[in-house]
Amino acid sequence: MAPVDERERSELFEQTVLPHLDSAYNLARWLAGNDHDAQDVAQEASLRAFKYFGSFRGDNARAWLLSIVRNSFHTWLRKNRPPEKTVEMTDDILDIEDSSVNLETVNPQFADAGAVRRAIAELPLEFREIVILREMEGFSYKEIAAMAEVPIGTVMSRLARARKLLQKSLAAAFNPGDQR
Amino acid sequence: MNCQQAKPLVGPYADGELDAAAILELEKHIHDCSACALEWRNLQSLKKALKQDALYFSAPTELRRRIKAELPSARTAVTRRSIWNWNWLTTATSGAFAVCLALLLLTAQTRPSPQQQLAQEVVSCHVRSLMASHVTDVASTDQHTVKPWFNGKLDFSPPVKDLAPEGFPLTGGRLDYLDGRSVAALVFQRHKHTINLLVWPATEADSKPAPVKAAQGYNLIHWSKAGMAFWAVSDLNQKELMEFVQDFASDQAVSP
Repeated sequence: MAPVDERERSELFEQTVLPHLDSAYNLARWLAGNDHDAQDVAQEASLRAFKYFGSFRGDNARAWLLSIVRNSFHTWLRKNRPPEKTVEMTDDILDIEDSSVNLETVNPQFADAGAVRRAIAELPLEFREIVILREMEGFSYKEIAAMAEVPIGTVMSRLARARKLLQKSLAAAFNPGDQR
Repeated sequence: MNCQQAKPLVGPYADGELDAAAILELEKHIHDCSACALEWRNLQSLKKALKQDALYFSAPTELRRRIKAELPSARTAVTRRSIWNWNWLTTATSGAFAVCLALLLLTAQTRPSPQQQLAQEVVSCHVRSLMASHVTDVASTDQHTVKPWFNGKLDFSPPVKDLAPEGFPLTGGRLDYLDGRSVAALVFQRHKHTINLLVWPATEADSKPAPVKAAQGYNLIHWSKAGMAFWAVSDLNQKELMEFVQDFASDQAVSP
């Protein structure tokens, strides 16, 4: 039987960290791209979080857990997959010519989650994680910068570029003849 | 402000990350410039598309179970249970039945008024926010960050006001679910005490702030104003909570 303080620690962990397992899995699922690997990453991250739970002093357990998920994913990636093509980063967010693709005309089809899902999945990893953390998990730029260990300016430029890419591929998906 | 300056700000504006001065300038520009207005609407469509439930992957039950089984306490609990599997199950079932019966009898005798029920829900909401360490979805002391954050998440726009000068600094906002609808939760701090202010469109006429019978050691104050219902809940003492409410309700200044 586990000593009492161990059990107390598990209980506290179940109350403060495990409620965020959905967020952890969602991030892992979008990063890894499939359920099997995502479960491995999320489980590894949760157990790692439990191991270091004693040193958790912050007030945002969700952000803390998600940065562990992110780290676990990168460790897993190094072991299991050849490096994904990385994008060349520039701070010039206007270099993807915005061309004001009019998404209003494709709005009705936005209900089609399939196309949106494909568009997100096609994003380079560095962009994808920021989109997930910002749009699905609602973290602030500052929180994302801390989690992804990059400056806030980089979060902003990646997010802007990711959005342009998403708008472009969604517009292309719905108006194939209207690509500009 | 021209388009060159406005365009890079549209994203941060939509994300609730602009300061008040920039918000004013940008809103003015968007109002006058159709290209930037289109950019803004496109971004909103995109954000909405990314937020649809169908894109969110919830954790499989199996994963949750496996993780719990790996934690020390859970491990001992599982082994103990498997020894007395049947006994445990029967005891649990009859126990649960007895509890249900007792609850049924109890509620039949003391049916609380709708307001008491709502007060109870408000307290549960407060406790839940503290327990799950999920007090704020948007952590900011800036009312101009918190207010826009609610845009598109709610079908109403809650008044947001920072009361730091009065000693009740705003710490952020959160979406919550109460009384069968989504509500805005504004979070304030008084020393070590957290105050949750829950806001949603009122179904009743305006009413003055009045304490509602405290529950589980929490104090509650309810009022309605300008078509919004407000519930303040905290472990703070009744007197200071009332001061907070009066400061908030005083002119109920609304950020732009």
